[in-house]
Amino acid sequence: MVLNCKHVWEHISEYLDDSLEEALREEVQRHLDHCEVCSAVLDSTRNILVLTGDDRTFSLPLGFSERLHRRLDDEMQRSLHG
Amino acid sequence: MLNTAPEPSRLAEAEERQRQESQLIARILAGESQLFHELIRPYERSVYMIVLSMVKDAADAEDAAQEAFLRAYTKLAGFRAEAKFSTWLISIAVNEARSRLRRRKTERTESLDDDSDDHATVSPAVLTDWREVPSQLVERHEVRAILQQAVAALPPIYREVFVLRDVDELSVNETAEALAISVPSVKVRLHRARLMLQRELAPQLQGMVKPEKRRFLWF
Ligand SMILES: [Zn+2]
Repeated sequence: MVLNCKHVWEHISEYLDDSLEEALREEVQRHLDHCEVCSAVLDSTRNILVLTGDDRTFSLPLGFSERLHRRLDDEMQRSLHG
Repeated sequence: MLNTAPEPSRLAEAEERQRQESQLIARILAGESQLFHELIRPYERSVYMIVLSMVKDAADAEDAAQEAFLRAYTKLAGFRAEAKFSTWLISIAVNEARSRLRRRKTERTESLDDDSDDHATVSPAVLTDWREVPSQLVERHEVRAILQQAVAALPPIYREVFVLRDVDELSVNETAEALAISVPSVKVRLHRARLMLQRELAPQLQGMVKPEKRRFLWF
């Protein structure tokens, strides 16, 4: 079976996670080797995941940690004395 | 981040961490409650991010995250060592966020019960000649805003899977466990979320990369 572009798009996510079974992965790879469109789709998706996975993209609000641990301390005290 | 199969060294690291966590938990339960601070420190960001992605409002998310940590503290004796502490903690956070959404459901248009994965395919943005977006771009405020907005705009069932897997970096199996859904559901939703983000973000980000300075060519 020869995969067309739409078939390949169906497998982009699992390809990126390296969780496709071997035979299918090879098929996808063969297509990617000569298809500019699918390579660009793959690269752009991978790149976007690098950006969304960057700690700076989603960061904790300032003072989050201090407020959390203060509240935990308060509640621990309360449960100790309550 | 993208590989599900951990390398041997990372696997050993994970096992070591789990061993240390079990010891911490045992000591906390034996009365050294202050160690709870240490136990949760590595997971502050993950818990906050999944809760924020679900309730969307920053103040509400912070309160929900605090509640989740408190609940984890009071329920700690019920934690079973065969589970991973982080997955257990995140599932508590997910439940806290879900119950808040349920409480405010009447005011919202987004439905929690809309849990059907519709099977229409998501097509990516078709580009040729993809120019890589350098990760320093994330330092720019407007780039972070574009990324955050795109994730926030995903339908809820895709958003929660995406955040656990690609922001909090849980494995596919852990994501399934934390959300109490099946592994195939995680894979389908993750796939759709990733393609939706590609379709939304690739053209926008592409426009933000400065084209290389044109060299003057003299023929
Ligand atoms: Zn193709």
